Amino acid sequence: MEFRYLPMTSEDKQEMMKAIGIKDTDELFADIPAGVRLQKELDLKQPMNEYALTKELTAMANKNISTKEVVSFLGAGVYDHYIPSIVDHVISKPEFYTAYTPYQPEISQGELQAIFEFQTMISELTGLPVANSSMYDGGTALAEAVNLSAAQTKKKKVLVSDAVHPEYQQVIQTYAKGQEIEIIPIRLNNGKTDLTHLEEQLHDDIAGVVVQYPNFFGQIEQMDAIQKLLENQKKTMLIVSSNPLALGYLTPPGEFGADIVTGDTQVFGIPAQFGGPHCGYFATTKKLMRKVPGRLVGQTQDENGVRGYVLTLQAREQHIRRDKATSNICSNQALNALASSVAMSSIGKHGIRKMAEMNMQKARYAKKKFAENGITVVYEGSFFNEFVIQLNQDITKLNAALLEKGILGGFDLGKINPAYQGQMLVAVTEIRTKQEIDQLVKELGDMHV
Amino acid sequence: MSDKNFPLLFERSKEGRTSYSLPELEVESFDLEAELGDVYIRKEPPKLPEVSELDIIRHYTGLASRNYGVDSGFYPLGSCTMKYNPKINEDIARLEGFSHIHPYQGPGTVQGALEMLYDLQESLKEITGMHEVSLQSAAGAQGEWTALMMIRAFHEANGDHHRTKVIVPDSAHGTNPASAAVAGFEAVTVKSNEQGLVDLEDLRRVVGEDTAALMLTNPNTLGLFEKNILEMASIVHEAGGKLYYDGANLNAIMGYVRPGDMGFDAVHLNLHKTFTGPHGGGGPGSGPVGVSEELAAYLPKPLIIKDNDTFSFDDDRPESIGRVKPFYGNFGINLRAYTYIRTMGAEGLKKVSEYAVLNANYMMRRLEKAFQMPYPQHCKHEFVLSGSIQKKLGVRTLDMAKRLLDFDFHPPTIYFPLNVEEGMMIEPTETESKETLDSFIDTMIHIAKEVEENPEIVQEAPHNTIVKRMDEATAARKPVLRYEEE
Ligand SMILES: Cc1ncc(COP(=O)(O)O)c(C=O)c1O
Repeated sequence: MEFRYLPMTSEDKQEMMKAIGIKDTDELFADIPAGVRLQKELDLKQPMNEYALTKELTAMANKNISTKEVVSFLGAGVYDHYIPSIVDHVISKPEFYTAYTPYQPEISQGELQAIFEFQTMISELTGLPVANSSMYDGGTALAEAVNLSAAQTKKKKVLVSDAVHPEYQQVIQTYAKGQEIEIIPIRLNNGKTDLTHLEEQLHDDIAGVVVQYPNFFGQIEQMDAIQKLLENQKKTMLIVSSNPLALGYLTPPGEFGADIVTGDTQVFGIPAQFGGPHCGYFATTKKLMRKVPGRLVGQTQDENGVRGYVLTLQAREQHIRRDKATSNICSNQALNALASSVAMSSIGKHGIRKMAEMNMQKARYAKKKFAENGITVVYEGSFFNEFVIQLNQDITKLNAALLEKGILGGFDLGKINPAYQGQMLVAVTEIRTKQEIDQLVKELGDMHV
Repeated sequence: MSDKNFPLLFERSKEGRTSYSLPELEVESFDLEAELGDVYIRKEPPKLPEVSELDIIRHYTGLASRNYGVDSGFYPLGSCTMKYNPKINEDIARLEGFSHIHPYQGPGTVQGALEMLYDLQESLKEITGMHEVSLQSAAGAQGEWTALMMIRAFHEANGDHHRTKVIVPDSAHGTNPASAAVAGFEAVTVKSNEQGLVDLEDLRRVVGEDTAALMLTNPNTLGLFEKNILEMASIVHEAGGKLYYDGANLNAIMGYVRPGDMGFDAVHLNLHKTFTGPHGGGGPGSGPVGVSEELAAYLPKPLIIKDNDTFSFDDDRPESIGRVKPFYGNFGINLRAYTYIRTMGAEGLKKVSEYAVLNANYMMRRLEKAFQMPYPQHCKHEFVLSGSIQKKLGVRTLDMAKRLLDFDFHPPTIYFPLNVEEGMMIEPTETESKETLDSFIDTMIHIAKEVEENPEIVQEAPHNTIVKRMDEATAARKPVLRYEEE
């Protein structure tokens, strides 16, 4: 069989073997002990031509219900937002997507500058002066922040609010185990971090406090009160996980004294893709600049004084410091950071506020409509674009019925805690129309008897 | 500053210019200011650029032209497997049924996605000879750490709390010792011998009751197959340790030998290397982990399982180390790898390794006339030459790498692995033609001649790039990590 990615002709092969001084390429594998050499062909599906494979995989894709076919109110960490057309055009440029980490600045200025711009935008949104070039996702970025707080303060306990995304909490747990950090969960009060419990747990031996703002239930945490609590505990770091779109409207965590802000830029130009790849971000203070995980791009000049960019402060990283590195991360999410940069640029300085505001307005409209239709909205506090409703039936069943009507219902909170049985986390983004919201309310109202 | 500066997007910005196209509000307006009050509404908008759509397109088109990818030219960056990124993969990944599905949709609505993931798990099991595979890890380094956490859980379950050390060869990639540290182990180095292979005597010396695992790349980062692998496996296993396989170099051995058959207990793969996930300017990648039966219970959860013809998540894994990443891994990259595996099949993947190895050996034999080869035996998919001859003439490997830029090549990986003086690590991959290899080789020989006859031209390279060598020292001493308005 011919393979279109393998260009050597049999003549090439002969010439090359001659240059090497072998008669058969098997000679090049002679150092593999005979006893372990594979004696059979791998048992894989037969190779396929491009046309047939495209057809088969398209059929496979069509077995999935895409959010393009339905009206989605599902969020819980991954959101259905407007993605400007230009995003895919830019990230499809092969000079970006077929390059690797910009180790050679002279021929990588494009990528380096794009990252520098990404760092600037994240810094603007979070209100912190330093941002890195990206992390795998919001969850691992947060777990790295927890590790950093322990390493920096030399303390081994971290308080994590129960209103942090449950899967992020699980990732934190796994990472913390490696570093033997004890994670102490902080209870909730009315959908927000319980400040009394937080205060009780906040002692000298606490490395960091982790909250999500807006939190998993959509609620806006009392950041000013949290900041005050931490004033008496100067060494303890405040770590905030934030939906960066919300920060287009809300006061950035940096202004509430956050030491580290992390999150995911999926909201900017990155399709859901069944949960990945998305793009983690990591922002921090000048003080922690030399402790940041991952790649950082800095501005400098060449020998003629032309401005340019390089990977910098590499003495933090694994390829230099090996086991003493601040993290093991190597490959990151550069292409998705680029996608988010394009989306953020497109939305722009004023557009981002409008977009954030529109999410809040439409979500408030939906909330009001639910209340008018006799469906309880569980938390009364201020929120971003998600809120919780209480229904008197199994959410899985309700969601199945909604799907029949072309609606992808909200997240079933009963899945994370039996106490939340019958509760649905509803996400309303800027692309939902009034009519779609009205229909959701009506359908759920009809089923909620 | 020079007028040759390429503007930043922020410098193209003009108050009032926009590129957004937001939907209509339609609904009544709620008084957010009254609701949130002063404290929670940001006072200054974030200074994102204010630019038109065409501004953005010109900007990024300009930036793209200032960047170099595999589609631009030969990119023999050792250890990174910069092979061609098939375009069908990109098309498949953009099908709406794959790109626009939410991780929390009911399993009944994503059967195609789950089928793909399941099938990929199965294919990777077969390719690696491992018992079970998880697709959750986001990249190679995360895969390493994931597997080490599993090994840690295994030892702890056996009451073996004193196994605190992970052995890594001096030629290992930096992520190996770094991942060991993140997993809470102490990294211990084992030396290489004159042949570039792990020194068995030294291995015997460092292995002991405190050994949790040996991390091994095979072929190693010198491109050499660790032919004593079975002996190494028994040394480590007899001491009660586990054998970990860094699969970054799997491109050399597909269809020839499998980590599972060599005695490895755990392996990670870099789907963005061997299996054509595009490198994206640094990522995203995907780093699946395969393990032996003994370790399978500790895999991150959930796994994808098949029951009759229905696919679902298996969350009921009480001994699992837990979750290493939200959701189910970098699905989009896994999908590209799957498309590639389906394109190539068993026959194609074996040919991939055959040609990856043939190409590297051909280059090595032609280049050994002009450069010192510290390890002259046949290599696998890559080899490391030393610039020591040229260094004596006052030209460093860095200079030669920069000189390659003048000829439109991406330089090889340099100064890695650490155990080769002035090292240059060359990995051609199987997707390059003989003409491309020859033209690179001829250029290298030409540069070697320049080093003898006209060293300044190499020392002062690059000459043809849009910027010259950068002042990296100042960048690190006085870091400027974001744009500030003047
Ligand atoms: C030998 C080896 N191991 C591990 C890694 C780490 O992989 P990743 O960059 O995907 O984290 C690399 C990649 O650079 C590598 O070359």
